[in-house]
Amino acid sequence: MATIATSARRRSTAARLGRAVDRWLLPIYVVGVTAYLILPVAVMILFSFNDPTGRSNLNWREFSIAAWLNPLGRPGLADAVRNSLVVAFLATLIATLLGTLIGLALARYSFRGRGVTNVLIFLPMSTPEIVLGASLLTTFIASVQLPFVPEGLVFPLNIRTILIAHIMFNISYVVVTVKARLANFPRHLEEAAMDLGANEWTTFWKVTFPLILPGVIAAALLAFSLSIDDYVITSFTSGQTQTFPLFIYGAQLRGIPVQVNVIGTMIFVTAVGLVLLTTISQRRVAARDYGGATA
Amino acid sequence: MHRAIALRRIAPYALLFPGLLWLVLFYVYPAIQMFLVSLWTGNISDGYAQTWNWGVYPEAIAEYWPWLARSVVYGGLATSLAFALGFPLAYAIAFRGGTYKNVLLFLVIAPFFTSFLLRTLSWKIILADNGLLLGPLKDLGLIPDDFRLLATPAAVVAGITYNFLPFMTLPLYVALEKIDKRLIEAAEDLYAGPWRPQGTIVGLAIGAVLGVVVGLVMEYDPILTGIPAALIGAVVGTFLISQAFVRVTLPLALPGIFAGSLLTFIPAVGDFVNAELLGNPQSLMIGNVIQARYLKVTDYPTASALSFILMVAILIGLFIYTRLLGTEDLTGASV
Repeated sequence: MATIATSARRRSTAARLGRAVDRWLLPIYVVGVTAYLILPVAVMILFSFNDPTGRSNLNWREFSIAAWLNPLGRPGLADAVRNSLVVAFLATLIATLLGTLIGLALARYSFRGRGVTNVLIFLPMSTPEIVLGASLLTTFIASVQLPFVPEGLVFPLNIRTILIAHIMFNISYVVVTVKARLANFPRHLEEAAMDLGANEWTTFWKVTFPLILPGVIAAALLAFSLSIDDYVITSFTSGQTQTFPLFIYGAQLRGIPVQVNVIGTMIFVTAVGLVLLTTISQRRVAARDYGGATA
Repeated sequence: MHRAIALRRIAPYALLFPGLLWLVLFYVYPAIQMFLVSLWTGNISDGYAQTWNWGVYPEAIAEYWPWLARSVVYGGLATSLAFALGFPLAYAIAFRGGTYKNVLLFLVIAPFFTSFLLRTLSWKIILADNGLLLGPLKDLGLIPDDFRLLATPAAVVAGITYNFLPFMTLPLYVALEKIDKRLIEAAEDLYAGPWRPQGTIVGLAIGAVLGVVVGLVMEYDPILTGIPAALIGAVVGTFLISQAFVRVTLPLALPGIFAGSLLTFIPAVGDFVNAELLGNPQSLMIGNVIQARYLKVTDYPTASALSFILMVAILIGLFIYTRLLGTEDLTGASV
């Protein structure tokens, strides 16, 4: 009897402590850590409204919207931003296409070589970026010895080599994202379409594609944000070509112009907006399609 | 009908072909090419020759082992700190998030929408000698005027921890979110109580080890960092860790711990941006050496050898780690 009473008392002390932790400690902790996560972003946005003395934008002086009125007003910045957008757009397009096809194959078919495929998808994600960049650099340098590579195609390094690298590191992320989406794919809907006389082509475009589209969009958004932000791999494959991250890195040695913070803020706001937009529209679609069925 | 069967047999390969070809051409082949380049001899002006100079490997290790070791220590420490910070966060979002769950998850991934470089440069502003953090503290006289954070190993480790914290938190959240809460209630009904005295001992030990390593790496007195960390660990272990947590929650969260620690450690160990922007010449990592050897010194053989060593070391570590903690689908746990 005594042991039961003791353990009951112990449990109630533990329960009271647990409630106190729930009510005070955890919320304070969560607010603290999310503040830590957001702080540098807030600093970036704040300093886009700074009017710095000289070239370095490291100390707060006074509020100004000068940089916002002239966001590309630095030599080389417009080119760098344009290159970043071109590379990110093309890399997203190609990597999303190639990755979605692999995702479909992995989710829909059983075939020999699945293990090798999974390893090949997994390896680029588990290799440090610097190794990916370095190995591509050596390949592009050594390609001058290969007779079948046209001169000037990949060496000297140019925007094409950046694009090749970005497609490569994006494919795996696209595959993983699309595959996750296909994991609970309702196969019976495709079978129903086929039973009703649709051929494979029609079934794909009318049934399969609309169902995987949210996954494909999510993958494309991820690929675009990885591509536009990449510094490490790009620094190894760019040669003389500038991208926005390379511009930042080059500028930080002399002092970051305020315009960099402005463009960084624009990218942040656009990305947040796109993510919110897709989330909301997907919720709407889900509510429309399945709302009645699940209720 | 035969045509349909034949189609089903070729279809997966047709779907795989373009993407896998890209990965073979621009991932597998470059890895081999990098290995071949490491066995070149020569220099940029006279040209290079494939001499199979295996000596480059022992030479590179002998010359650069401090940078290799530092990368592993910084990467491991940043991963541990990210786990210590990220686990309670993921736990709070998964178990107590309530209506704020999506908002909190959004705040965790929001830093990703800002350039990695700009975030790191923001830390430079925050940690600067008279910056946002230290400036007010120095004005109030709370810390000495010559105290600094920027350009110290502490800033490098803090920067890496910060940059990869979402990579740790998200897989942990996914794993914790999947746990059936009734299992924990069942454990409590079956008299799972506080985890004593083991919790105190384990907390004390983990806190002490982490504190001493932090002290050594950051060049403070390891005893001064070890004792408070051990005390914090003991308090957490004694009062916050229950038997239900150790026996139910933690084992079920293992896939998330596995994925999160890899997704943090691998980029952390190869990182050179934090060391370059937030560190000093004594806190450079192997990534800085590789980058400088390739792009500034154009010593391609040594750079390739170091890069190859880094890749192989990570793959071997990954293989052992998978065998020990093994989950069948690492990529699945990461999304």
